[in-house]
Amino acid sequence: MTTSSNLVYLIALPLFSSAILLLLGRIADKWGHLVATLVSASTFVIAAVEFFAMRQRSGDARAIHQDLFTWISVGSFNVHASLLLDQLSICFVLLITGVGTLIHIYSIAYMSHDHDRRRFFAFLNLFVAAMLLLVLGDSYLNLYVGWEGVGLASYLLIGFWNQKPNYAVAAKKAFVANRIGDVGLSLAIMIAFAQFGTVSFSGVEAGVPHASTAALTALGAMLLLAAAGKSAQFPLQSWLGDAMAGPTPVSALIHAATMVTAGVYLITRSHFVFDASPTAQTMVLVVGAITLLFGALVGTAKDDIKKALAASTMSQIGYMILATGLGPVGYAFAIMHLLTHGFFKAGMFLGAGSVMHGMNDEVNMRRYGAIGKVMPITAITFGLGYLAIIGVPPFAGFYSKDKIIETAFNAGGAKGVIVGGAALLGAAITAFYMTRVIVLTFTGTKRWDDEAHPHESPSLMWIPMVVLAIGSVASGFLFNSGHAMVNWLAPVVNAAGIHDEKELLPPLTVSLLALGVVAVGVAIAILKYRTNVAAEAPEDVSILTKIVRRDLLQDDFNDRVLVRPGQALTRFFVAMDNNFIDGIVRGVGGVVAVSSTNLRKIQNGYVRSYALIMVIGVLALIATIWMVTL
Amino acid sequence: MSIVSVLELLPLIGVIGLFVLPKGSTTLVKQFAIGVSVVDLAISIVMALRFNRGVSAMQFVESRNWISSFGIKYAVGIDGIALVLILMTTVLVPIVLLAGWNESENGRWSPRVYYALILVLETMMIGVFAATDVFLFYVIFEAMLIPVYFLIGGYGRGERAQAAMKFLLYSLLGGLLMLAAVIGTYVIATNQIGSTFDVTALSGLHIDSATENMLFLGFFIAFAIKAPLWPLHTWLPTAAKSATPATSVLLLGVLDKVGTYGMIRFCITLFPHAAHTFTPAIIVLSLISILYGAFLAIGQKDINGLIAFTSISHFGFITLGIFAMTSQGLTGASLYMVNHGFSTAALFLVAGWMASRRGSTKIDDFGGLQRVTPVMAWAFFIAGMSALALPGLSSFVSEFLVLVGTFTRYPLAAIVGTTGIVLAALYVLLTVQKSLHGPTTPGNESLTDLNLREKIAIAPVIAILVFFGFFPKPITDVLNPASHQVMTHAGVEDPQPKAGK
Amino acid sequence: MDISNYLYLSAILFTIGAVGVVVRRNAIVVFMCVELMLNAANLAFVTFSRVNGDLVGQVASLFTMVVAACEVVVGLAIIVTMYRSRRSASVDDASLLKR
Repeated sequence: MTTSSNLVYLIALPLFSSAILLLLGRIADKWGHLVATLVSASTFVIAAVEFFAMRQRSGDARAIHQDLFTWISVGSFNVHASLLLDQLSICFVLLITGVGTLIHIYSIAYMSHDHDRRRFFAFLNLFVAAMLLLVLGDSYLNLYVGWEGVGLASYLLIGFWNQKPNYAVAAKKAFVANRIGDVGLSLAIMIAFAQFGTVSFSGVEAGVPHASTAALTALGAMLLLAAAGKSAQFPLQSWLGDAMAGPTPVSALIHAATMVTAGVYLITRSHFVFDASPTAQTMVLVVGAITLLFGALVGTAKDDIKKALAASTMSQIGYMILATGLGPVGYAFAIMHLLTHGFFKAGMFLGAGSVMHGMNDEVNMRRYGAIGKVMPITAITFGLGYLAIIGVPPFAGFYSKDKIIETAFNAGGAKGVIVGGAALLGAAITAFYMTRVIVLTFTGTKRWDDEAHPHESPSLMWIPMVVLAIGSVASGFLFNSGHAMVNWLAPVVNAAGIHDEKELLPPLTVSLLALGVVAVGVAIAILKYRTNVAAEAPEDVSILTKIVRRDLLQDDFNDRVLVRPGQALTRFFVAMDNNFIDGIVRGVGGVVAVSSTNLRKIQNGYVRSYALIMVIGVLALIATIWMVTL
Repeated sequence: MSIVSVLELLPLIGVIGLFVLPKGSTTLVKQFAIGVSVVDLAISIVMALRFNRGVSAMQFVESRNWISSFGIKYAVGIDGIALVLILMTTVLVPIVLLAGWNESENGRWSPRVYYALILVLETMMIGVFAATDVFLFYVIFEAMLIPVYFLIGGYGRGERAQAAMKFLLYSLLGGLLMLAAVIGTYVIATNQIGSTFDVTALSGLHIDSATENMLFLGFFIAFAIKAPLWPLHTWLPTAAKSATPATSVLLLGVLDKVGTYGMIRFCITLFPHAAHTFTPAIIVLSLISILYGAFLAIGQKDINGLIAFTSISHFGFITLGIFAMTSQGLTGASLYMVNHGFSTAALFLVAGWMASRRGSTKIDDFGGLQRVTPVMAWAFFIAGMSALALPGLSSFVSEFLVLVGTFTRYPLAAIVGTTGIVLAALYVLLTVQKSLHGPTTPGNESLTDLNLREKIAIAPVIAILVFFGFFPKPITDVLNPASHQVMTHAGVEDPQPKAGK
Repeated sequence: MDISNYLYLSAILFTIGAVGVVVRRNAIVVFMCVELMLNAANLAFVTFSRVNGDLVGQVASLFTMVVAACEVVVGLAIIVTMYRSRRSASVDDASLLKR
């Protein structure tokens, strides 16, 4: 393994710039965004240099390692702050710094009217630093620091306009849901330490063959819980929709391209655990399959363009999680879909932001219509992203998603049919809701008020969109040509020699099948939304539609099962503390007070009664002595 | 004379100096008191630099006869745990004096008395951590109540007299039980090794198990009242709501640590067998404290009450770490004591500034402070992040060490304790949302942001929280030998990894 | 002559005195009852002195008389002052101590 001293700058630069921008305050208002963008760009340059250097080396020498300092050392619990850049993490580093820089550039224009733009850029830099730490840490505990760090950055950015109560609530909801996942990661680290005496990736990997299956399943389940929290997977998915309260560039960077995919990274990074525990792997598969359908269904009923895209993100990450649950053969496709998704989804979010920018922050697609004519660049870039996500060849999504569907069918037996079917069904629904978004927004008749004056966004905004659109077009082909991605990642995920699997369906059949269902989805959406779109969502709809509109009752469920019992429990404990526990304490005090009040009555001030008591006392004393001496 | 004694005596000399100062000049009194505490801080830093990390025995030892007919000595000495707690004390005293510059002026007595009480308290706080004679410890343990009683009752707000009385009675009850246990231990020592109160000598006694259990409980209940463990906690919220911010910081940040410190120094060291016997019960109580404190914190309407209940939750973590009896648990718990001292200090001080500006301690009366007073809001936010143990801040290291140390021996307890981190996120973020976010509540539009004095007071606390979050090694290196020593006394070893290589 | 008769008389006098102190309200009468108790004790002292054939008991009774004389002086002074201030010699009126 090679060592390097450059990795730390990837994290230190944005962290430092973020701290400086926050500490300097208003002084930095004029140039803060430029510094932040420059820093982000320089991390991308470092990442690119490291990537090409890595390509020059071969095999085992590709991974590089940097040991910074001893972080925690207590007894046998020894954790170094050290970084690891290998074939897996470089993919993420390039995505984070690349898309991150584009979004920094976009935000310069998007946030130009905001009083607190400097603070926004400081938070963006903080996010980049934390996300890079997440993917570069060489142990679960280092990863955990980045893991919570991105949670913090996400919280700060969702609640960037926290003077609006709803946004503040959304930020809090995201943090708390993430924290539930963090319990999983904490427990996973504890299990790892109790089992293997170390929490580094390599140490755990080395120890896996010696551990019991039960321990590995528990470890896998906890890692999956962590991934579900961060990646908005079932059953911790409910925060992602609300997270759209943040500024749109944030939704593009954090809640589409990078942070929410951290769960996929975690599972891929811990492939040795899941490979050794079929039960844990099945759980991953189930969670992925449920979420991909859940997100797709929710997406069909959203009128808010950002929430429709958020539901889509949830669904697409479901595909990735599903792929990681398919074993060694799936990891590379999960990462491939993650990267292509990073391009097309970030591009579409930026497109949505561009539309909102031109439409006075209107997000309801029923008030859009015919925007393609006034915002051609936005429409074209968005359209390219759309073709990518529904999987039309030769756009990026075709390669990555088809591979996942194909691998799912090949998983074997009933399992293969079920998850493959789910993935195929998901592709059809995806085609439906994405077509719906496109039709409602860019085509048809104009439904906006006369006060809105939609116009094409400035070049600082459309250039990043164009770059991402190019990625949405070309990346899939690049990753797939000559199994580039599979071969690149093979050493990391132990996936050498996986091409001779028994196939349930030949690849061509799967592709045609997928294209067929996609065509059906597209056709239904066009027929349904081509004309006669009401500016208000119709109320006379079936109960099923109502349920889907309420996000399949996810919030109602959480409210009934978690929030209200929790509030009741809190009230009960407060009452118990005031009345029972402190009541006992006050009761003891009260008994003393009552007894002394009663005893005070003896002290009535009459000399004769004192004399009487004295006489009685003397008599009692004499009687006692007399009885004792007898 | 040992440097520890110098450290103890200096504030006392400062008290005499306070009363020699010319009458009428309150500012001079304040400056003088802060000066004394800063000199004490400097001396303690010198002491820390001279401390030998490789030695697990007591250092800077001094022993003089006090009441020789009972073998009572003035005996002091420090190990790693005592060192970090004393350092925390000497750092916090000047900070709270600076932060609470105007607190002394609405009291029943003059500011001079206020500063004298705090300096006397500093002497006692250092003394109680340094005492190696059980009787000396007991005397200071009880004597500390007096200045705190007057600080709450004389300078507090609301129902301060009642709160002070509740605090005093609770503590006296614990002290009484401890006195009985101290005498019991002394009698056994007299029969076996002669009259002595020396803690090292006493740790070698052979006590039959029934007696040992009784003596253990005598000490433990006193400490469980001090570092409030459910269900002996109800004095704390009352006291925190009535005390001034500075008093609250010293009370929750330092004084309550005497309880958890005592559990390590006396309960486990003197009565290891009884400690093993009661461990399951204590772990259950700790877990109840963690969750119960968190739930009550969520349900609080008063910001000081909230901080008090978060502390009860955190004390649950500390006790859990101590009685898990692993190196990670013990070192983590000791580190937790220090971190909790600083993060509570930050919370109380900022909450105090918020309350004095707004004229209310109700959480709902704040709102939208992020836009009005950004620096104050950020300070509160960082303090809150420290309370929920965000990685990158020092409280994360200690909380994680406690949990990981507990997990290796009692996995179920650690799992239950870990759920506390979700509740911690809730109580911190709910408060942040209500007080800092949302539209500015009417009446808050013209609040002023922190002034320079307040910024200077809060900056070191935040710097310490951040620095030791990334680089806790200086503290853990000092704590490790002490933890090891405690484990040797208790006759336990760390569990080995289950999947051996 | 049976010695116990003297002691019976002493006990009866003491009891009369004690009952008087407890039941009477007039300060003068209470005072006299106290004197009666003291003299009952004196009688017992003298009796035992006679029985033992030494002078210790008689000395004690003389001692008691001296103390009683002092007590009369102080006690009467208090009663006179009390009477002057509130025109009553009832001990029940002097019950301020309970507050």
